[in-house]
Amino acid sequence: MVSTKVNLCGLSLDNPIIPASGTFGFGYEFAELYDINILGTFSFKGTTKEPRFGNPTPRIAECPSGMLNAVGLQNPGVDKVISQELPRLKKCFDKPVMANVSGFSVDDYAYTCERLDKENQVGWLEVNISCPNVHGGGMSFGTDPKAAAAVTRAVKKVTKKPVIIKLSPNVSDIVSIAIACKEAGADGLSLINTLLGMRIDKKTRKPVLANTTGGYSGPAVFPVALRMVYQVYEAVKIPIVGMGGISSAEDVIEMMLAGATAVEVGAANLVDPYASKKIINDLPRVMEKYKINNLSEIIGGAH
Amino acid sequence: MKESIFEILSNTKIAADIYKMELEGDISDISRPGQFVNIKIEGLFLRRPISVCDAQNGVLTLIYKVVGQGTEIMAQAGKGVRLSLLTGLGNGYDTSKSGEFPLLIGGGVGVPPLYMLCKKLISEGKSVKAALGFNKAEEIILAKDLKALGAEVYIATVDGSAGVRGFVTDAIRDLDYSYFYACGPLPMFRAVEKVAKTSGQYSFEERMGCGFGACMGCSCKTKYGNKRICRDGPVLEREEIIW
Repeated sequence: MVSTKVNLCGLSLDNPIIPASGTFGFGYEFAELYDINILGTFSFKGTTKEPRFGNPTPRIAECPSGMLNAVGLQNPGVDKVISQELPRLKKCFDKPVMANVSGFSVDDYAYTCERLDKENQVGWLEVNISCPNVHGGGMSFGTDPKAAAAVTRAVKKVTKKPVIIKLSPNVSDIVSIAIACKEAGADGLSLINTLLGMRIDKKTRKPVLANTTGGYSGPAVFPVALRMVYQVYEAVKIPIVGMGGISSAEDVIEMMLAGATAVEVGAANLVDPYASKKIINDLPRVMEKYKINNLSEIIGGAH
Repeated sequence: MKESIFEILSNTKIAADIYKMELEGDISDISRPGQFVNIKIEGLFLRRPISVCDAQNGVLTLIYKVVGQGTEIMAQAGKGVRLSLLTGLGNGYDTSKSGEFPLLIGGGVGVPPLYMLCKKLISEGKSVKAALGFNKAEEIILAKDLKALGAEVYIATVDGSAGVRGFVTDAIRDLDYSYFYACGPLPMFRAVEKVAKTSGQYSFEERMGCGFGACMGCSCKTKYGNKRICRDGPVLEREEIIW
């Protein structure tokens, strides 16, 4: 019998599979399809201080082995997340959930995290300083080590829960951002958010996305994500949640060998609503294939 | 929603750039006219949403127009090809509000979902009129089929090659109806909105990510709050739409 358990910042996960924020809503669309308690956990829809509609449509475009999205952090705002979404989630999910938070100022991040810190079901705060689809927030904090550290420090002051900072790949040196977050007190890092891209409609000669640019995700970005996880693992000794194009148990093993303690599955959930479940079911078989008895032992095994 | 494998029984061109595909598979999740399926296409990442034209006796009928990469590949697929479909997506039309003599308003490739709707309304004992607009006579689809179901059919073509010359709104001006159901392009909806005499429902189109409400890729604002075209739509009621 193989063990798929891992420990993420002090909390045990039955397996390292975590559906990524923005691809799993608040869980209940998927809970209609399968028992979501089989997941390690999941990262809920990026939440901000105020409600947001997000960007105009079209927000989605096809890409080679992936997709672009420019949703722009549509969410009901932290008040409604606490009063409506979390009570509803509690009915279909028994485990600690990862709260994904975004903001437009350091105070925004601190405010939203402080509110979510009081929610029992929140196990981790995943702080998104890397959304490429909003202006004046999101990624602008994740592209500068000083700004990334400022957000990390502010959030750490208002919560005792583990703080995982979600990093952008759209930087010249992700390692320097990772180090800045770690030194500012981050308990873990998650990477990568989507890669900034665009498509043009050749008939209309205009960008496909109303926002012009969007974030690229899907299997195409897996090697980029893997490389960044590998580099960050060399530089910091805090847990890494690896993500970017993961769509199979094979990808999970590879990402963990690069240095990930757990992984997030994103775009795959959108084309196959059972993707995360299939990966979990497949993990023991693939572990046996590579003679792995205890999954946590392979973390960073490629170094 | 259900994910299952369907097998193509036939896939034929029925009008300019328009194809009819019949597939065999599990249609048990398709509960209302106006719903859609989301099709996994070999070589592409995102599924392609196509409205249901008909679903009965284990056979799903889709009528689609070749408009891009996805539908180009679909048009090439022959008998026996197996496809992964998500079925039972979207809210579909609500026939309980139709009154006794509803009007169907279709534009171009927006006509197909009205076929299953017409069937349902007629089975409920209602007297159905259908006004269909096309660019030209060669693009006309489903007019005979709707007549065969028992609907009174009115045609408008932009070039006047069949029916009334002009838009579908020119065909509905003098009609009496208790309620309307529309499917077609946005400019048609805006025109219908100016002349419609009753309440009704519109079925919207949007680029989608997942098709089942997870990604927020196809959101729109309504008078009753934000809605996802794929999950809370594609059918919206006239009273809630912000134009």
